[in-house]
Amino acid sequence: MPDRPGTAAVERVFREEYGRLIASLVRRFRDIETAEEAAGEALLVALEKWPESGVPPNPGAWLTTTAGNRAIDRIRREKQRDAKQQAAFMQYDDTPHEPTGPVEDDRLRLLFTCCHPALAPEARIALTLRLLGGLTVAEIAEAFLVPETTMAQRITRAKKKIAAANVPYRVPEAADLPQRLGGVLAVLFLIFNEGYLATGDGEPVRVELSDEAIRLARILHQLLPHEPEVTGLLALMVLIEARRRSRVRHGELVSLPEQDRAGWDRTLVDEGLALVRTCLATNRPGRYQLLAAINAVHCDAPTARDTDWSQIVALYDRLTRLDPSPIVALNRAVAVAELDGPEVALSLVDRLPLTGYHAWHATRADLLRRLGRTAEAKAAYASAIAATQNSAERAYLSRRCGELV
Amino acid sequence: MTHYLMSVHGPAERDEFGNYGSREQMEEAFAATGAFNDKLRADGYWVFAGGLQEASTATVVDGQGETPVMTDGPYLETKEVIGGFWVIEAPDLDVALGLAAQASKACRGKVEVRPFDGLA
Repeated sequence: MPDRPGTAAVERVFREEYGRLIASLVRRFRDIETAEEAAGEALLVALEKWPESGVPPNPGAWLTTTAGNRAIDRIRREKQRDAKQQAAFMQYDDTPHEPTGPVEDDRLRLLFTCCHPALAPEARIALTLRLLGGLTVAEIAEAFLVPETTMAQRITRAKKKIAAANVPYRVPEAADLPQRLGGVLAVLFLIFNEGYLATGDGEPVRVELSDEAIRLARILHQLLPHEPEVTGLLALMVLIEARRRSRVRHGELVSLPEQDRAGWDRTLVDEGLALVRTCLATNRPGRYQLLAAINAVHCDAPTARDTDWSQIVALYDRLTRLDPSPIVALNRAVAVAELDGPEVALSLVDRLPLTGYHAWHATRADLLRRLGRTAEAKAAYASAIAATQNSAERAYLSRRCGELV
Repeated sequence: MTHYLMSVHGPAERDEFGNYGSREQMEEAFAATGAFNDKLRADGYWVFAGGLQEASTATVVDGQGETPVMTDGPYLETKEVIGGFWVIEAPDLDVALGLAAQASKACRGKVEVRPFDGLA
């Protein structure tokens, strides 16, 4: 007796398979528009058939075959055939849909296309979430706080450029890989960060975005297991994700030293620590590996007091050499405060050109509070609150400010 | 294969050394561009290329009415104008962007890469 799924269940399976499905259709038909239309038609067939027959044993293969057949039917019907599509139709390619092997490479190829440097950064993020994450345009628009029509235009424009300018569906050659990989990792990290601490005044944590970024990073890691920065990024995301449940309490952000460490996800922590060890062993350090290593030191400490701050400062020193940005300097100063005291840290922080950045004000506020400079601390909390829209962060800063006497 | 226009944008007004700075630098740029052109031909990407006279030498013609109307000067009065261009044929955008980077280095200017919708 087959399990008879409802509409929601069919849609869930479809969404899980979407990235693979689109990627394999794009490989075959060399056209995103054709792939999306065919996938949409396959969903309609699934919605009609699966509630009767049950979900097929390999739903991905079923969807790929169905969508492929629909695309061919459509091409047959159309009198004005695009030369490209005709070529795809002629070379009938029925590569089976498998969870490993060349089909996985389809997703990797499409990921590099979505994150192509010829596309605007915001278009890269949107396209990656749409085509590989299977998120709807409405969901992406909501996540990035833009009207749905704006997001639809952004995605349509990017797809049009890919088709018109002939952006290849290809993993770059070895010589270009490190540079292009950097762009892909940046997109995944931005998606993750938006989930981790949303910029807007909606939900403070957008789990669906961080989950999607981790899922894509896992795929990338599976496909490029020997690229240490890929391993580093996955480790970083996993270690941050492990602390998610302890990070927000009653709608308020909980700072790292105040978090209930028993609430951390041990499985994810162990996975993250193992990944950090693997990538550091290759001895080709990079930004994400160092950030992951810093998070590993935090996750390794049984209590906040046990944190090895000298190691964290040493890791930030190495990171500064790779990325001498003021944001890295700000985070380093937070660690310096634990090692050399708030006064030393404050002198470092005050030098940074970050007056528009909420975390700069929040860090100053905390250091001034610890130095007993109450009036200045209050002013800094007020600036920090004014500079962020995230409700959980505002709640945390407001409480801290209110506790000052 | 896709055809691309690679256009070089530069200041509308040129000085005696074509805004390259000095005679030597101008000659170096010409030589580098010549070498790049030879490579484009040898590698089979070449379709057509040329440098343009100053924008002030342009005339705009509107022939949509009964008698054509001529206007002296370029269509758009801007500080930066197209100074020259290449038309290339390349397998995909990555190849075209790689060639544009070489072109930019050779001619000492920024290069815009734009695909053709069709080529007659």
